[in-house]
Amino acid sequence: MQRELLTGNGAAAWGARLARIEYLPAFPITPQTEIIENLSQWIDGGEMDCRMVTMDSEHSMITAAGAAAVTGVRTCTATSSQGLLHGMEMLYTVAGWRAPFVLINVSRGLAAPITLEPDHNDILAARDSSCVQLHCSTCQEVVDHMLIAFRLAESEGVRLPVIVNLDGFYLSFTREVVQLPDSRTADAFLPPYPSDFSLRFRPHEPVSAGVAVLGGSTYSYFRYQAHLASLHALPQYEKICLDFADLFGRQYGPLEEYQNKDAEYVFIMIGSYATKAKQAVDSLREAGWKIGLVRPRILRPYPEAHLCKALQGKKGVAVIDQNISMGKGGILYTELRSALYGHPDAPLLASFIGGLGGRDIKEEEFFEMASVLKQASADGTPPPPRLLYTEEEMREMRALQTIAGAIPVAQGDSR
Amino acid sequence: MKSTTDFHSKRDLPQKHILGTGTPMCPGCGGLAALHEIYDIMGEKTVFVNAAGCMTLLSVYPFTPFRGAWLYTAMASAPAGAQGVRDALDILKVKGAIKEEDDLEVIVLTGDGSAYGMGISATSGAIDRDLDFIYLCYDNEGYGNTGHQYSAATPHGVKTATSKGSRGYPGFKKDLFSIWAAHKPAYVATIIAAEPLDLAQKIAKASSLSGPRLLLALAPCPTGWSFDPSLSIEIGKKAVQTGVWPLKEYVDGKVVHTKIPKKRLPVEEYLKLQGRYDHLFHPHRDTKTLQEIQDRIDAYWHKVTYS
Ligand SMILES: Cc1ncc(C[n+]2csc(CCOP(=O)(O)OP(=O)(O)O)c2C)c(N)n1
Ligand code: SF4
Ligand SMILES: [Mg+2]
Repeated sequence: MQRELLTGNGAAAWGARLARIEYLPAFPITPQTEIIENLSQWIDGGEMDCRMVTMDSEHSMITAAGAAAVTGVRTCTATSSQGLLHGMEMLYTVAGWRAPFVLINVSRGLAAPITLEPDHNDILAARDSSCVQLHCSTCQEVVDHMLIAFRLAESEGVRLPVIVNLDGFYLSFTREVVQLPDSRTADAFLPPYPSDFSLRFRPHEPVSAGVAVLGGSTYSYFRYQAHLASLHALPQYEKICLDFADLFGRQYGPLEEYQNKDAEYVFIMIGSYATKAKQAVDSLREAGWKIGLVRPRILRPYPEAHLCKALQGKKGVAVIDQNISMGKGGILYTELRSALYGHPDAPLLASFIGGLGGRDIKEEEFFEMASVLKQASADGTPPPPRLLYTEEEMREMRALQTIAGAIPVAQGDSR
Repeated sequence: MKSTTDFHSKRDLPQKHILGTGTPMCPGCGGLAALHEIYDIMGEKTVFVNAAGCMTLLSVYPFTPFRGAWLYTAMASAPAGAQGVRDALDILKVKGAIKEEDDLEVIVLTGDGSAYGMGISATSGAIDRDLDFIYLCYDNEGYGNTGHQYSAATPHGVKTATSKGSRGYPGFKKDLFSIWAAHKPAYVATIIAAEPLDLAQKIAKASSLSGPRLLLALAPCPTGWSFDPSLSIEIGKKAVQTGVWPLKEYVDGKVVHTKIPKKRLPVEEYLKLQGRYDHLFHPHRDTKTLQEIQDRIDAYWHKVTYS
């Protein structure tokens, strides 16, 4: 094992390289582009035996990825944000083909307004696509989860695309020390692409894929199959993580639980911002709080039983969503609420939306969320959902609006 | 390895169809007729990559009329599906997982809606990348599967489900042949089921070549064009004889007309057989529009003859 200083994108590229991907349909988009640039350099330099092809769009890219995977080669692809949405029709389609490939999504907020910085509305728009979703928080987790993702996608009984998600900028461009798996151990962990899985487009063998069905029964059957396969991916992920730990010594699982054992209060987050929550937990613990963090690494399939168990008996849980479902609120919050509904020992839940479009969540804000949570738990009434925004931000926003001419100066000042 | 079969006369044409019957296509479907003729020659060493359209219903679970493979993609991205399949087959061949003789020809199969419109970015990209594939477009001049609304391939003046007014479709049929040719691909050809020998010769030529190849088949469509299914072949022949559908090919940078009608019939002979042009004849003869249509055809052939 070799220690390297890598960005999240570099880690993703290394993961694809160690997985010995054979095919890489690609299309550039910030903040993902560095991944395909790294891989193309290795391919050009003869360090990787892989065919890369830059497609005309992500819609085409995901089509080609799925088509190659069902034809029988290990395939990887990468995108972000607008790209993921542009390819959304095909994401659903290739998942229906049960094409086992890995898509790296580097999360970035969605237009409009257009931005380059991260939040999770892009990846959560793919929530119901049948693709498995793995969410990483560190560069180490990215490289490791690339290998895990291929094992999972190619597992018998799963055979679905797996999306490895990392946050743009905060993780994609942050350098961290990474223990790079050595390639021999990676090979031991991830055997070559299973040939019996491909559709085997061969002469004299009429195979058809993605065909039309008539009637709801046949349709339902295949849709249920995809659902059951996704459910099966959860125990399968756990099993693969155990294998991974055996070979590499690093432990993963559906949840990362940080200081959760004796915690009375818990933050729930996904992705790289969870490292901020960890820091806040440390500070709050120093101040005498019994508080922890629970971070799902897998969102589809949803680790419902794991979450219920991890949160059982807690006084209060603050769900911090880096996404927003307009007219409803935080998606993680909504899902967790439904998971906990009817559980006798369910904690009080508080919903916070923050970190949209790369907006920072400051340590003081974590303290504030903790206080709100504690107060609400004491009162026994869940607080109304909060959209994180400081007074200072509002002042700055008003100044911008004044420049934009959106509001008259005097009015802008007085608001 | 590409092979060429020679077709000198109608006697050389395949004697039996190998594409299964009993599909849900309409009787007299000109697109299906072309596909039959093409499949007889191309055979089972093929993967058809399909986009949404009438032909999507060829393979309805658990049946397929094909002896080879089929992959349905989506309306916009069949050429991208072809890219994935072709690349994967090539990778498997290099690795020895597939024998050379088990290689397959990848054929995109779409209607005009995809080929002229929604799929054109994916198509152009595939040609840019010099993808080794055949694109077979059956051009029924409208979005057939959704009830025959006008598409970018609909000719001027045609009545469709979205151009029901007295003047029909105000736009003009897009020149997909030239759009393809501008990419300098390996091969572009127009074909029609009603001219099976010309078609067979072009399939043979396309099969002998590598790279991006378009086979653009005018597909008389009884349902969308309102005519009796028994007239399908006659209408196809008239399309050629009136000069509406020039049979031509592009190869090595040159366009060659493969069947120049000796004495072109008036276009009316073609139009009056189809209900979608009824409004040009009833209740009053729309002489102006008819003349415009004739003039455009004459101008086309004038250019062919004198340039
Ligand atoms: C993205 C998308 N938009 C719209 C449709 C609906 N649709 C299905 S088939 C079709 C018409 C396709 O027209 P064409 O390619 O000419 O094929 P034809 O139906 O005439 O055979 C349309 C619009 C679809 N399947 N996918
Ligand atoms: S609508 Fe036209 S193109 Fe479609 S199946 Fe019927 S005849 Fe063929
Ligand atoms: Mg059509």
